[in-house]
Amino acid sequence: MAFVGLCDCNNFFVSCERVFRPDLERKPVMVLSNNDGCVVARSNEVKALGIKMGVPLYQVRDLVKRHNIAVFSSNYQLYGDMSARVMNILRQSAPDIEVYSIDEAFLNLDEMPLDTLQPFARNLSARIRREVGIPVSIGISPTKTLAKIASKLCKKYPKLQGGCLMYRPQDVEKVLSTFPAGDVWGIGRRSNAKLLSMGIETALGYYNLPQAVVDRVFNLPGLRTWKELHGEPCIGFEDVPQDRQTVCISRSFAKEMTTLEELDAAVSTFTAKVAEKLRSGHLCAQQMSVFILTNRFREDAPQSYKIMNTLFDVATDDTLEMSERAALCLRQIFRPGYAYKKAGVMCTRLVPKRGVQASMLDTVDRSKRASLMDAIDAINKVEGNYTVRLASQGVMDQFSARTMTSRKFTTSWDEIMEVKV
Amino acid sequence: MSKEAELAQIHAGFPSPAEDFMDVALDLNKELVRNPSSTFFARVKGDSMIDDGVNDGDMLIIDKGAEPVDGCLAVCFVDGEFTLKRYLNKGDYAILMPANKAYKPIRVDADNQFAVWGVVKYLVKKV
Repeated sequence: MAFVGLCDCNNFFVSCERVFRPDLERKPVMVLSNNDGCVVARSNEVKALGIKMGVPLYQVRDLVKRHNIAVFSSNYQLYGDMSARVMNILRQSAPDIEVYSIDEAFLNLDEMPLDTLQPFARNLSARIRREVGIPVSIGISPTKTLAKIASKLCKKYPKLQGGCLMYRPQDVEKVLSTFPAGDVWGIGRRSNAKLLSMGIETALGYYNLPQAVVDRVFNLPGLRTWKELHGEPCIGFEDVPQDRQTVCISRSFAKEMTTLEELDAAVSTFTAKVAEKLRSGHLCAQQMSVFILTNRFREDAPQSYKIMNTLFDVATDDTLEMSERAALCLRQIFRPGYAYKKAGVMCTRLVPKRGVQASMLDTVDRSKRASLMDAIDAINKVEGNYTVRLASQGVMDQFSARTMTSRKFTTSWDEIMEVKV
Repeated sequence: MSKEAELAQIHAGFPSPAEDFMDVALDLNKELVRNPSSTFFARVKGDSMIDDGVNDGDMLIIDKGAEPVDGCLAVCFVDGEFTLKRYLNKGDYAILMPANKAYKPIRVDADNQFAVWGVVKYLVKKV
């Protein structure tokens, strides 16, 4: 049997903050989104208080005061560096890894003997905790979907010491019997609603459905998840599920924007960032969407949420081409008289750069543009982000206001730790 | 693509005749940072360790993963603050030794919030 592991960092952003604030261990801590709008990471103590993921800060201000919750603005430089440290250790320890998100990676453990897996998971978990300071949960199972569930077990049962091997059908069934179906990787809100309407609440209920029913009601992705629960690998390595096939950059603004000029600068900046992400992933986009929205929590102001989609004849990763198009989209949806709180640019229908179909009617000199984009990326990488940018781009940072930010302990010489001697 | 490769793409020119004889230049990072994942930098503030040559403003290279051995220079977390001292493990308690006659040793036991955060591997000073 081949095995796959999932390493998930526990309450990652909170854990990053705690590395440099050991006094906050076992105390309630939470981290806010860009712009300090919403709660994006919670310690177990905060979860126990009933504060939900994504709630706006102002709705929980009383709880923050009453329980003396430590609140941090997001410090993405710190989280990014701490994530790289964890991923490095995983890379050294497993034959092959696939970074899935800032705080999660799959481990390919094909060649490892079964009896070494449980100690492997525990030791690796202990090593990451000791060396980086981040607590992690490592689940090991025959499929990615089961590995995700096994890693969640570690969080529930501290006795597992951060490592859980789960593969025997009787164990899997026992675990699934108390695991909510909606928490299974690949079962989205819509599928879960369908399941609930069928009277199925647990993952075991889904597991026990006949294959033909799953095939008919939940189609191919649902069947894939069902097979994975039964221990049959359907999601291979580097085989990214479809819902990840988007690149999106969006931000809430510190101050609401009312003019086209302001939004132009923001949208142009986001487009450049999206294009850069596409290029670093060797992807091109066939479709792009620009969206702007007003503050939905302000009941006194007129509300608007508008999105404009556009298709490219030839899939692209070109900042100039995408920015021109984004500006046109913005003009279609912008209306004076609204105070916009958030904007974003999203690329979908992504294709590998190598596989891009050329068009005879193409008006862009692609090879020339490609070398210009390479040059821009190279300069920005060496000299710092946005040294070279389009005139229409603003500077990313001006779009968010941050307070309560911890120091960039690991990425800025001026902000390294201070030790009183 | 590496930084070098990217730069090479911009300055694509005549290849250097020295290319075949290239050795990798000395890299202080490689010498001083054994394990990048567990290495953190910190700035010294204060004078309690001056007899050990640790001065205000010096930079510490800390290995968070290293096992603290008796007498090592340890970054400790004591009752809400980071401090740097020589660490002596006494079983039920620990002694944190300063290196300055003006300071007294600190005794920490189960009543204190205490942990060795990391072990100092190198000291970097500006002269």
